[in-house]
Amino acid sequence: MAQEQAGLTRRQAFERRLRRRSMMIAAGSTGAVVLAMVLLIPRAPGWERVKQSFFDWDVVVRTFPKLLNAFLLDVAIFAWSAPMIAALGLAIALARDVRNPVLYPLRLFGALYTDIFRGVPVVLVVYLVGFGIPGLGLSRPWNSPYIWGTVALVLTYSAYVAEIFRSGIESVHQSQRNAALSLGLSGSDTMRYVVLPQAIRRVIPAQMNMLIALQKDVALLSFIGPVEIFRQAGVFKSLLANFTPYVVAAAIFLVVTVPATRLADHLIARQNRART
Amino acid sequence: MTRHMKSVVRGMSLSLALLGLAGAAQAASECAAGKTLTEGKLTIATGNPAYFPWVIDDAPESGKGFEAAVAYAMATAMGFASEDVVWVRAGFDESIQPGEKNFDVNLQQFSITADRDKVVDFSAPYYSSAMAVLTTQAVVDGGATPDLAGLKSLKWGADANTTAVPMLTDLVAPDSDPLLYNDNVDVTAAMQAGQIDAALFDLPTALYLAAVVVEGGVVLGQFPADRTDNPDQFGMLMEDGSTLKPCIDAAITAITEDGSLAAIEAEWLSETTGVPVIE
Repeated sequence: MAQEQAGLTRRQAFERRLRRRSMMIAAGSTGAVVLAMVLLIPRAPGWERVKQSFFDWDVVVRTFPKLLNAFLLDVAIFAWSAPMIAALGLAIALARDVRNPVLYPLRLFGALYTDIFRGVPVVLVVYLVGFGIPGLGLSRPWNSPYIWGTVALVLTYSAYVAEIFRSGIESVHQSQRNAALSLGLSGSDTMRYVVLPQAIRRVIPAQMNMLIALQKDVALLSFIGPVEIFRQAGVFKSLLANFTPYVVAAAIFLVVTVPATRLADHLIARQNRART
Repeated sequence: MTRHMKSVVRGMSLSLALLGLAGAAQAASECAAGKTLTEGKLTIATGNPAYFPWVIDDAPESGKGFEAAVAYAMATAMGFASEDVVWVRAGFDESIQPGEKNFDVNLQQFSITADRDKVVDFSAPYYSSAMAVLTTQAVVDGGATPDLAGLKSLKWGADANTTAVPMLTDLVAPDSDPLLYNDNVDVTAAMQAGQIDAALFDLPTALYLAAVVVEGGVVLGQFPADRTDNPDQFGMLMEDGSTLKPCIDAAITAITEDGSLAAIEAEWLSETTGVPVIE
């Protein structure tokens, strides 16, 4: 497979020409689309109003520092939720894999749990847990919306994460478990040393997507009180009668999520290469 | 169901009664001619849902509640018969979005501010509201007092879409960050759950929530209007550059001057006296 640097074969030369040509075409068509957007959108009759409502530079300057500050709260909620979600998700996945008939209720619980929390909208869980449980009469600080909002996120997301872990666990062939057992490993040791290391590695790219989704859904906690970036943008929107703060908030989100998305894509691509 | 039937019957008899007036007022409708969404009709938007005491039972067609009554009085002053008033629902976001609107005017306790005025048009104010502190008896028993020092130490909440938010941060400047919510219902839910001690509302809303919605609700006090840089005044919202604005303003001026606005206020918002003023 070693390539000679100097003389290209005819086939390589042809492929290089082909690549160059398709790159030129891609650049040309992209340029044409961008040009059309730049030329045509401002010609729409409502463009001035839209520009004023969504892309007002003065509003950007006025709101950016406070929005960035509010974003730190999103980052904090994300940072303390993610490990809890991973732990609970793995526990639920293991509960669904239990093979001992005595522990069947555990299996049933795992199935019910994932069914319910994957089926209910996150906002509803945030409302129910965030207002409902503190309403039972908990006293401060145990009724904090930060605590119960986090619980709601963990409950919902661990259901998704559990299903991903389960698919990873089931992707490890039964013959490996049999082999481990025949070597004298116990059931739990088989899971711990043989199945999980492979299962977790296989589902990391899929779990990265969950992390990205979580990063955005953290904003749902604003429904029960915390003033994170989405809520702060809403306050500005109301006071300035302008949607620009939402655009600023979206831009701040993108700065974080785009690199994370790229990383997930990279991991998936690497895994696909390793498999072939 | 019967309640609904009753209000329909009531609304119909009201329209019949006003039909006589409409003939006399027809001449005055020239101002609005050709300026409304539908010729000969005045399309008015309110919230979804519309809250007491601004609109009773979420049925503005009945003309019951302060804003519903003001809307019909204004429409009459503009020369529209009450059956020519069409109600639609539009939230704040729909009202400030660029593009075609589905209403001629929108009234749902919108406070007039200079920043908002750049994007939309406001009518002359139809109500000046004091801001009031809603709390619960338990918090009052816990030692909350209607003075600034006492208010600072409370845990605050507010509806994020209102001018209560800057007022809270500027005037009260609470010790801990206030929690903000989507609407009145969420604020009261948080208060009921003990997550917040107090919330800031316009006085009529605070009185209603304290009396009906919040268990053990109390209006601790109201802020005198001169404590804020600009007193909270409610204006009707129109599209920026609305040609209808002069007609609306003239109608509001007319009902203010002949005392009917004050009469409507006395009828629907009469109980606002007797709330202690916060020094």
